[in-house]
Amino acid sequence: MHTSTLDAGGAKLQAPRRPVRWWAAPAFKRHRAAALFLAPACLLVGLYVVYPILYTIYLSFFEWDGLAQKTFVGLANYLELFHTDTFFTALKNNFLWLVLFLLAPPAGLAVALYLNQQVRGIRLVKSLFFAPFVLSGVVVGLIFSWFYDPTFGLLALILGHGVPVLGDPRYVTYGIIFAALWPQTAYCMILFLTGLTSINSEQVEAARMEGAKGWKMLIHVILPQLRPSTFMAVVVTIIGALRSFDLISVMSGGGPFESSTVLAYYSYDQAIKYYRQGYSAAVAVVLFAMMLVYIVYHLKRMLRTEQ
Amino acid sequence: MYPMPVDKWKPWNRRLYKLSLPLALVIWLLPMIAVLVTSLRSTEELMEGNYWGWPRDLSLWANYHEALTASPMLHYFWNSVLITVPSVIGSIALAAMAGFALSTYKFKGNTFLFATFVACNFVPVQILMIPVRNMSLDFGVFNTVQGLVLFHVAFQTGFCTLFLRNFIKQLPFELIEAARIEGAGEWTIFTKVILPLIRPALAALGILVFTFVWNDYFWALCLTQGDSAAPITVGVAGLKGQWTTAWNLVSAGSILAALPSVLMFFLMQKHFVAGLTFGATKG
Repeated sequence: MHTSTLDAGGAKLQAPRRPVRWWAAPAFKRHRAAALFLAPACLLVGLYVVYPILYTIYLSFFEWDGLAQKTFVGLANYLELFHTDTFFTALKNNFLWLVLFLLAPPAGLAVALYLNQQVRGIRLVKSLFFAPFVLSGVVVGLIFSWFYDPTFGLLALILGHGVPVLGDPRYVTYGIIFAALWPQTAYCMILFLTGLTSINSEQVEAARMEGAKGWKMLIHVILPQLRPSTFMAVVVTIIGALRSFDLISVMSGGGPFESSTVLAYYSYDQAIKYYRQGYSAAVAVVLFAMMLVYIVYHLKRMLRTEQ
Repeated sequence: MYPMPVDKWKPWNRRLYKLSLPLALVIWLLPMIAVLVTSLRSTEELMEGNYWGWPRDLSLWANYHEALTASPMLHYFWNSVLITVPSVIGSIALAAMAGFALSTYKFKGNTFLFATFVACNFVPVQILMIPVRNMSLDFGVFNTVQGLVLFHVAFQTGFCTLFLRNFIKQLPFELIEAARIEGAGEWTIFTKVILPLIRPALAALGILVFTFVWNDYFWALCLTQGDSAAPITVGVAGLKGQWTTAWNLVSAGSILAALPSVLMFFLMQKHFVAGLTFGATKG
């Protein structure tokens, strides 16, 4: 593509002599247009996304503090990972996030079903239910740090005594995931609400005639029609779970004793705080590999529906 | 309609449903309401331990005034504006062109490029962290607003391209062919035919990208140091450590950080939801 743009420049010099101006042919013009339209985006994405991925993979085979010479260490960074407790803690927490975060789609569906009515003011109610999603992770983190505060938090008020949720290695991850579920449920809710608007009402009526109701109706008639919403809700939830960083950083900083860290946070911590860039890269590559399974699946599915 | 519309319910259940709505809303938003109320509470009251009672005197002005003046909150806020606005414009401009090219022209590698843009959306950002940080240092844009803008434009372009390419693909291709027959150049087709048609999609994307970039915390942490280029998310997170006891100020700061995206959402709700749920009704 880029070479064809160059050819165009070269061809201009000898232009007047040629009887047939091939570079003025529609097909060529369109190729050139495509290249020019795509060039800025490709350049920037290549520089800031594609190249960094490759570079990080390369870097994961080196020991580097970010300043001095890099030393090639082969697989040492990866081997070290498997001898580090924190890595396994992070892996375990990532798994916990993934599993518990998947409560968001069913919870969002429940809220959507609850709100899918036409009464006065329902639009405002729906918007307010959705509002947590537009808050930044930092704000959600602060709100919940405070909710959990053992001396004056709302949780202490409800329970009657303080529980240091964020200061206890046993509870901290659950506490953060609970906080993260709040905006995520709102997100899933809006996906399902949109899905519900395009439900085929004839099918629903027909099923009602035949006496279907409650769970049976939901599982056999409604859910199959909501499949696109469900798929999207699961996709964004899984990505969200693996990306969890902001809340952990704000609420616990990975602590106490690194008990609430996840791969994303661990990688950041190693690079920025401890200047272990090669090791941090290796952690990021592991996270990337986990996501890759998913990316490939998603791309395959997308390309299949394209054709 | 599913579930059964309330009009067809028994009157008592209908009444119960309507009564339950405000209650559910209060419970759902309780953490947020608590922050709002505390941001209005005076320091003396908090010292006395009146955290959850109704605030006796509203110190709206005092708290917000202090949050704004005793810390560089306004400076952070302004940084956020300087980062977010160009990022939104830049990524949408690049993605509109790329999306147009990918949806309109047939060429070798089209699908491959498109797949790359899609895949970029799912990449965990940590794998970009070290090279992007080092590149920013090399380019001399580390700890500057421009450095953050450059990265955000690049990263959001992937998502926007995916979105716009699919949107343009749904438009009737005859429009483009007709314009070509009329003798319109490719650039004219893009600006005069396509851009007016995709305006709703651009609005939806604009508001989405605005909230994504405004709420970003990770990249602000990685690419800034100290106050000079830090956006409001970093500023607010910093408040927590500074004033561990002054929760009223922390909440005033949080409200300030949340305000633009919440406001944007309420003003452009229709576009926002349309953008977010694009693809939720069809596979």
